[in-house]
Amino acid sequence: MKPASREFKNNASRALNDAQLQRALNTVQGGFIEKRRNAADKLPEFETLRDQARDIKNHTLEHLDLYLAEWESKATAAGGHVHWCETPAEAREAILSICKRLNAKSVTKGKSMITEEIAINPALADAGIDPVETDLGEYIIQLRGETPSHIIAPAIHVTKDQIEADFRKTHTHLPGDRNLDESTALVNEARQILRQKYIEADVGITGANFLIAETGSSVIVTNEGNGDLTQTLPKAHIVMATIDKMVPTLEDVSTILRLLARSATGQEFSAYTTWSTGPRRPGDLDGPEEYHVVVLDNGRSGMLGTEFQDVLRCIRCGACMNHCPVYQSIGGHAYGWVYPGPIGSVLTPGLIGVDEAGQLPNASTFCGRCEEVCPMRIPLPKMMRHWREKEFESKLTPHTVRTGLGLWSWLARRPGLYHLATGIAARALSAMAGRRGRLRSLPLAGGWTRHRDLPAPQGRSFQARWKSGERSMQ
Amino acid sequence: MSEAQPKVGLFVTCLIDFIRPSVGFAAVKLLEQAGCHVEVPDAQTCCGQPAYNSGDRKSTADIALQVIEAFEGYDYVVAPSGSCAGMLKKHYPNLFEDGSEARKRADAVSQKTHELVSFLYRVLKVRSVDAAFDGSVTYHDSCSGYRELGISSEPRALLATVNGLKLQEMEDSNVCCGFGGTFCVKYPEISNEMVSKKMAAIEAAGTDTLLAGDLGCLMNMAGKLKRSGSNIKVRHVAEVLAGDTDRPAIAEGE
Amino acid sequence: MSARDAILSRIRRATGRGDDAGRQAAVAERLKSHRRNLIPERGNIDAKARIKLFEDMAIAVQASVAHVASSNDVPEAVAAYLRQHNLPQHIRHGAHETAANMPWAEKAPALEVVTGPAEPADEVSLSIAVGGVAETGTLVLTSGPDNPTTLNFLPENHIVAIRASDVAGSYEDIWDRIRKAHGEGTLPRTVNMVTGPSRTGDIEQRIELGAHGPRRLHIVIIDE
Repeated sequence: MKPASREFKNNASRALNDAQLQRALNTVQGGFIEKRRNAADKLPEFETLRDQARDIKNHTLEHLDLYLAEWESKATAAGGHVHWCETPAEAREAILSICKRLNAKSVTKGKSMITEEIAINPALADAGIDPVETDLGEYIIQLRGETPSHIIAPAIHVTKDQIEADFRKTHTHLPGDRNLDESTALVNEARQILRQKYIEADVGITGANFLIAETGSSVIVTNEGNGDLTQTLPKAHIVMATIDKMVPTLEDVSTILRLLARSATGQEFSAYTTWSTGPRRPGDLDGPEEYHVVVLDNGRSGMLGTEFQDVLRCIRCGACMNHCPVYQSIGGHAYGWVYPGPIGSVLTPGLIGVDEAGQLPNASTFCGRCEEVCPMRIPLPKMMRHWREKEFESKLTPHTVRTGLGLWSWLARRPGLYHLATGIAARALSAMAGRRGRLRSLPLAGGWTRHRDLPAPQGRSFQARWKSGERSMQ
Repeated sequence: MSEAQPKVGLFVTCLIDFIRPSVGFAAVKLLEQAGCHVEVPDAQTCCGQPAYNSGDRKSTADIALQVIEAFEGYDYVVAPSGSCAGMLKKHYPNLFEDGSEARKRADAVSQKTHELVSFLYRVLKVRSVDAAFDGSVTYHDSCSGYRELGISSEPRALLATVNGLKLQEMEDSNVCCGFGGTFCVKYPEISNEMVSKKMAAIEAAGTDTLLAGDLGCLMNMAGKLKRSGSNIKVRHVAEVLAGDTDRPAIAEGE
Repeated sequence: MSARDAILSRIRRATGRGDDAGRQAAVAERLKSHRRNLIPERGNIDAKARIKLFEDMAIAVQASVAHVASSNDVPEAVAAYLRQHNLPQHIRHGAHETAANMPWAEKAPALEVVTGPAEPADEVSLSIAVGGVAETGTLVLTSGPDNPTTLNFLPENHIVAIRASDVAGSYEDIWDRIRKAHGEGTLPRTVNMVTGPSRTGDIEQRIELGAHGPRRLHIVIIDE
């Protein structure tokens, strides 16, 4: 997917003026937040589990090479094939070559953000292979020719009415006068249509929520069961994973699982947590004959040992974006690449470069709500600030900002001059405002005054009054 | 250090200094009423957040050292702002290398830095104020105060002792108002959306006054309310706690 | 250098402390020890309360629950469930001896019982769970001829029988049980943890059941 993160500001503006999108965002806002709160409140150990989950992942990342090797040997012993890939291109090639060897015509897909990261769907289509998204949300946006706007609720930006229209346009073999008023009818229709796709598919591709070193397993967590049909029915199951999915033991994953659903959807546990270890075994009557794991790096190992290492603890629950007031205002597409919201603002510059994605870590008020709810206690605001520092160091910060900031910093380090300048400015602005107490517009402050009045200074500055001996407002 | 009279260096904050000196005087009054000796070091300008949040670590560290220098002689450093107090307390130490002299000084200042209302409540154990306010208020928890410093119950506890004051909570009182320092001018449209939602929550609370502990957020919310023609008055919580509400509210004419 | 070696050596450079023996020992110890992290107190209760919690949690996520005194009573419970929901008297189960030994012909003569993996036309399946987790009302099923995985997902109605004594307090208890049965350092090909029927919230966050997997999940607890 070609990044559009440079266009963040325009994207955001478009999103804010998109009445349909705003309606969709308003419909769902609050639901996730309240459900998470309730789920967390019901588990007294929730906060301690967050600490432990953080520690588990920190330990894993410190020993990642060893755990990956251990996982590989166990996965291979179980009959699985592991494909190591440095880049999205290598990952696409690994998947395509499996599909081609099997003469695949159709591939079903479970929900996987990494397959978005490597843009596998267009590559499959170019090779004459039909990729079918089976997660309902993913299916909807595939019909619409869109990308996910949320990592766990990909169609969160779409309203029910739009989905109905899309289904009528696409499922033309069904009676035109069928009733699709209720979401139940839409879910049923998708179920019927996708049922056949599962059965016809030659290969099933899923993501992985976790890879487990102890047993060589991969784990997916879903609610629909689409991932299970995707991986169970075709000849081959391909797991698309990245190196940061690693967790040492079954006990360790269990701890993290206690946080995942609660943080994501507010469920105590997702409907389906599925642990896969190798292909069909002797005596098995179903299951894939081949089991492949494509394990991608794509810049993640470069974050290890840096100020960005902690972001590799992420388990992709989406809580940060659910709670982010910026995300709530503009939705996910404005971020311009695969991962939206606070996690995207930290991850995206790491994966596609800060020159490409520098807007994202800037588009935050540092309100801290993301860090407050992150089950893995990732200090997201701190990392966004680190990206801003990288930008500043490599002079990517816009020239006007640098100049203004430079001037201001220079002045701030000269208290005498600073007080003189601010004292004059305060009196001037106060005079401009007169008795109104506020300004409706001000040169160079258009960013502020376009949408709000600027409260005027009360006159002389506090420091000036204090120095002249005043101890209350005269 | 005198046990009887703690020596407090007031970190006025650049916005209060520039826009609303009356909050500075209210802070001094509250601190003195609680038995502090208050001084206002001359060498203070700003805490450095504009540089810090723009990625300019070097300038931030320079400014931080200037603040540390000016304030390290006091028993306590108090700011009538969660954001600036949070900067001194939570972020200054990280600007300097572990084990360095500057780090030690930053740590020491961090230890004794407090936001005004939480300082009154937690450190000075103030449990009531001598003030009256005839009206209903709603309180916005600004982000740094709430999430970095854990301030939430303290302002409410003290407001509850103001004669005549009625506190009515708004929905999502701890959700960001969209100010975010330079954010509101870098991303004005997103900021506007956020403050519009905040305004809706404030108006739904149905009070005649909005309070908060950070002037940046207050200016943002007041500016939006006034632009929209709202009659809701906006004040810093210190003004109400100090009983200094004779002056026009923020962005309010005479 | 292969991609594998490039990735692993980059990681080693970034994380390595030059103490490879120490790091290896730490990893080996962790993988062997099965050390548990904090386990919520919720499931740490006596057997009777545990089964009650399992049942309550399952019902909270829209599963239905029935109790029978012994596995001999399962056929009647299944037949009754099918009648109650107007479903055909036809089920499919795997080769699990618990299911195979149930007196189907005797207790539910009208019920047609077939075995093997699920077929697209199947409306109802029966599985035997290796365990349940009271903490979240979760069923644990393992793949193999005894319980083909497709039975868990293809039919619209999934009936799962579980012995009350197999209901554990935590996921960790189940892992120990599976390790005992299948050995260390591996798992059955597929382990399915099932918590309520299939659902989706993808249309305006309204929860709808039966997105792709079963629309109904019925748990028959064998109390013996």
